[in-house]
Amino acid sequence: MSTGTRVSARGLRKSFGDFTAVDGIDFEVRAGEVFGFLGPNGAGKSSTMRMVGATSERTGGELSVLGLDPSHDGATIRSRLGVVPQEDNLDLELSVSDNLFVYGRYFGIPRRELRARIVDLLHFARLSERATEKVDNLSGGMKRRLTIARGLVNEPELILLDEPTTGLDPQARHLLWDRLYSLKQSGVTLVLTTHYMDEAEQLCDRLVVMDKGHIIAAGSPRELVDRYATKEVVELRFPAGEARRALEEVDGLARRVEALADRVFLYTDDGDETAEEVAHSGLRPTSTLVRRASLEDVFMTLTGRQLDD
Amino acid sequence: MQALPAPLRPLSYFWVSFRRTWMSTLSTTFLTPLLYLASLGAGLGALVGHGQRLASLGGQDYVSFVAPALLAATAMQVAIAQATYDVWGACNPWSGAYRSMQASPISVGQIMTGHMTWIAARALLACTLFLVVSAAFGTVHSPEALAGLAVGPLTALTFAAPLAAYSVRARHDQPFTVVFRLFMLPLFLFSGTFFPVSQLPVGLRYVAYALPLWHSVELSRSLYAGKFGLLAGLGHLAYLAGVAGIGLVLARRSYRVRLSR
Ligand SMILES: Nc1ncnc2c1ncn2[C@@H]1O[C@H](COP(=O)(O)OP(=O)(O)OP(=O)(O)O)[C@@H](O)[C@H]1O
Ligand SMILES: [Mg+2]
Repeated sequence: MSTGTRVSARGLRKSFGDFTAVDGIDFEVRAGEVFGFLGPNGAGKSSTMRMVGATSERTGGELSVLGLDPSHDGATIRSRLGVVPQEDNLDLELSVSDNLFVYGRYFGIPRRELRARIVDLLHFARLSERATEKVDNLSGGMKRRLTIARGLVNEPELILLDEPTTGLDPQARHLLWDRLYSLKQSGVTLVLTTHYMDEAEQLCDRLVVMDKGHIIAAGSPRELVDRYATKEVVELRFPAGEARRALEEVDGLARRVEALADRVFLYTDDGDETAEEVAHSGLRPTSTLVRRASLEDVFMTLTGRQLDD
Repeated sequence: MQALPAPLRPLSYFWVSFRRTWMSTLSTTFLTPLLYLASLGAGLGALVGHGQRLASLGGQDYVSFVAPALLAATAMQVAIAQATYDVWGACNPWSGAYRSMQASPISVGQIMTGHMTWIAARALLACTLFLVVSAAFGTVHSPEALAGLAVGPLTALTFAAPLAAYSVRARHDQPFTVVFRLFMLPLFLFSGTFFPVSQLPVGLRYVAYALPLWHSVELSRSLYAGKFGLLAGLGHLAYLAGVAGIGLVLARRSYRVRLSR
């Protein structure tokens, strides 16, 4: 492992009985970067995050986190890690601030110091007013914010965020992005999973796309778009159910075509030209949109149009 | 303020949770023995030998015979309740207790020992309250009874550790009612708690000797009466410690299986 590497995996595997959730993946997370895991449901992202978080024993392969082996130095690794699991594991019976307090004590943070950090974290989570309230009474997004704040209590140098923004309102999401950005500025390394392609595009320096336990693509968002998508995409809208029939007619008009129930996508290097050809073909979509290709298109291309179903 | 050493850190959680509910918890731990002693002392005790000392009870009056046994049984009850519902709850989503400890430097083994330590402490607290109440009933005949307090945590571990090994892997909580009815209740009734084991038919008597609670009861009784015999005492201690030890080994394994996935 080179000095600039925070996480490195070689042939990393995780099985549950006969089922292999993570099937021999290689990746490296460099110091100070934001590294993303994308992939459809069940791809193995969370399983990977738990192995990196030193809470789930790997079945095979090599894994090094902060230069240490999770099988042997799990406690040391976890003491320097911030974890935001996909599913909130707050104690619903305890108050908001008690949840932060107890968690901080797990890390051996002295009381006085902890009290000060809790004030800051409550502020960040915009939960200062609800500090003494039972967590059970919070809304889903508030619980999420508390879980995120809690993951920062030990001032970690590496943070693992498993779908951190799922369930957050736009303000909360942007607040989190800001915080993550300033954490990154201060040298913290971030690993995150997300189903929001705009989020991945905004935040991630580099990312991998997983599917069925394998890594099927890796690179920066820009690189991935260049490699797996065409320059532009023509989106044709149809009344629901008619898109698939239209698919046959546009076949051959673009480098690649694909359909949802109400939309047809044409991947092309010149969107305007393709749109023109569509118009001449006699097809009458309810609307036609030409746009630049995005990470979302990469995702669709790589994993089929099944992301988030 | 010093930071807690890692093995004790899980206690922060149990302590903070306990602080929320201590009023109701303590009042039941206090009230139950009080009711038992009142009914057995004033009621049953008056029937059995009219409050006189009886040779069949080792030269004690009935309340003095029953009180130390109830101390042991109190520890058992606290332990069983905690090692079933509380352990099971702690690894379930609405609690998140174990899962969030796991994300911290606390190891899975320490989560287990931490919870067992807490259960032992709760038993010690319950037994201390019981000792005070039972002293008020005049059932404590020796300062050795203070040493009897140690029977509480030991008894608690004897029951809690093997049960926790089961509970942490249990999918549902229905089997726990079976634990209470088919396991705890007979133990409570037939471990020499309310009558000497010598009253049982020979076959059952040997069954009673194998029951962990019988050993706790005997220990506690000898200390209350100031008649701690070294050989028998060590025998009881060794038996309880043995069961607790095996329980801890099993619990360690179960916790790892359940939590390290
Ligand atoms: N504890 C477990 N026992 C058995 N199978 C599991 C367990 N955890 C995960 N799996 C299986 O492993 C596969 C990968 O799950 P994982 O949670 O890693 O996916 P994911 O990429 O995070 O998906 P999502 O986007 O839905 O969160 C799934 O098929 C899942 O059912
Ligand atoms: Mg997941």
